[in-house]
Amino acid sequence: MPKSNKIWVHLRNAPLGGLAIFFLFLIAAFFAEYLAPHSPTDQNITNALRAPCFFEGGTFEHLLGTDELGRDILSRMIFGARISLLVGFVAVVLSGFIGTCLGLVSGYFGGRIDSIIMRFVDIQLSMPYILIALALIGALGPSLRNIIIVIGITSWVDYSRVVRGEVLSIKNKEFVDLARIAGCSTFRIILKHILPGVANSLIVLGTLMLGRIIIFEAALSFLGLGVQPPTPSWGIMLADGRQYLTFAWWLATFPGIAIMMVVLGTNLVGDWLRDTLDPKQRAAVRGKR
Amino acid sequence: MQRYIIKRIFQSLIVILGITVIVFIIVHLTGDPLDLLLPPEAGLEEREIFRHELGLDKPLYVQYFEFLKNISQGDFGQSFRHQTSAFSLVIGALPATIELTAAAMILSIIIALPIGILSAIRPRSFLDRLGMTFALIGQSIPVYWAGLMLILLFAVTLGWLPSGGRGGISNIILPAITLGLFSTAAIARFTRSSMLDVLDEDYIRTARIKGLSEHIVILKHALKNAAIPILTITSLQFGRMLSGAVITETIFSWPGVGRIAVQAIYNRDFPVVQTAVLVTSVIFVIINLLVDIMYMYLDPRIKYD
Repeated sequence: MPKSNKIWVHLRNAPLGGLAIFFLFLIAAFFAEYLAPHSPTDQNITNALRAPCFFEGGTFEHLLGTDELGRDILSRMIFGARISLLVGFVAVVLSGFIGTCLGLVSGYFGGRIDSIIMRFVDIQLSMPYILIALALIGALGPSLRNIIIVIGITSWVDYSRVVRGEVLSIKNKEFVDLARIAGCSTFRIILKHILPGVANSLIVLGTLMLGRIIIFEAALSFLGLGVQPPTPSWGIMLADGRQYLTFAWWLATFPGIAIMMVVLGTNLVGDWLRDTLDPKQRAAVRGKR
Repeated sequence: MQRYIIKRIFQSLIVILGITVIVFIIVHLTGDPLDLLLPPEAGLEEREIFRHELGLDKPLYVQYFEFLKNISQGDFGQSFRHQTSAFSLVIGALPATIELTAAAMILSIIIALPIGILSAIRPRSFLDRLGMTFALIGQSIPVYWAGLMLILLFAVTLGWLPSGGRGGISNIILPAITLGLFSTAAIARFTRSSMLDVLDEDYIRTARIKGLSEHIVILKHALKNAAIPILTITSLQFGRMLSGAVITETIFSWPGVGRIAVQAIYNRDFPVVQTAVLVTSVIFVIINLLVDIMYMYLDPRIKYD
């Protein structure tokens, strides 16, 4: 089959819903100022806890209603996308960098350094990561920078395990041996000959991790040790909503839907990328169908 | 085989030792404990005396070994806030967490296995699509939001179930569903793919050709062989649940280790935080060890050295 046909097959299988959610999320994050009908932080107590339009007491002025301080829920959600994307993206890059470096070293050199790194992985996997993150943020103070750092250093494990596995299967291939014979330095072999081989897996994992990290950030904010008010974050909105759950259901409902949709989008896109980019998986899937 | 068990126990001990180092470091990142123990008006001289009494003026590695010596003797320090030892506080909350995690685990397995098996038997059928859509959504819902929505529906709107606290069966239903949701989805998806792998094998075809009834083929021949990967993913979910319990317990005011730990973090009650992290981690390490040993009996084909 010619190559262009293959690409067409994959595009035809693309999860349109997932990609649409993803683009909507990106657009909301980048153009929040232009899209949001109100300021995310402007308070108006006389207008507090107004129901969404189509419900009793709701107006089209505030499509999704207002919170306990009269702030527009929709606008806060649109600005909240920015925080989720910022934390998610930077933490994915940070944890991906740490995990990939450790995975490359572990898989390529093997031996003692491999078992040391793998014990680190075991230790990290054995600890309740939410408690560790909460304790660290409690210690360092809850700023945006600290949250990203803490999420980054608690989420690298998956990358190192995946990368290590891939390196083990690549490093004894002929082209790596040839590069070695040609006199390439170890650093160059890892960077130029092995890293490209694990890139596909990294893209897949990074996409799936983005969703998990967005949930993680919102969890920390929900528990009060994440992004701090009045910054609009989906996790903070949920925490506010929890207090008004009995008489203002919309406060907690809409930000949660936003998180769920974005994570669903990353999961759908991630699964599709895995089927598309990972030849082993692709063969397995084709065999099944 | 015995050598393998000894090796695994040794590895587990190293992991536990590593956990103590990390917990020690985190607690020391949190700043001067004297700020919490002494009133702000305490003088410099008073602080130095106190520091010496607590051994905080010694080098860090000496302090670590003392910490290690104390916890090996069961002395995890006193809670700053409550007038009890941190250890008894955490151990006292442990039954509640175990109860919740066990309920969530049982619920997940009961729901996930049939969904995964039925989806694998008829891939791409309506049932398969329904089951996998449910699983995909289940993996995308944040635990805390699922908990809030369940409270909103079943406690606030319908009034069928209590919204929090620990007590009878009715109290555990919502938190168990909340905590088990992600794992249900993960186990269902994984069961489906393992079963699909196994159902493709030659021995399944042989069993069918022999004329065995379909449910014997599925349950006896296929499920038995798919059991090991399913068991692996299930044991991994256990660790996830111990972490997820932190949030679930907070939402449902469930008096477990997670809730105590979160409150201790708010109160900067570090002896309790470090005890909670240590106890949960050690439980997880032990569960992993037991699962690994269980494999050897389940799958004699695996070679151990």
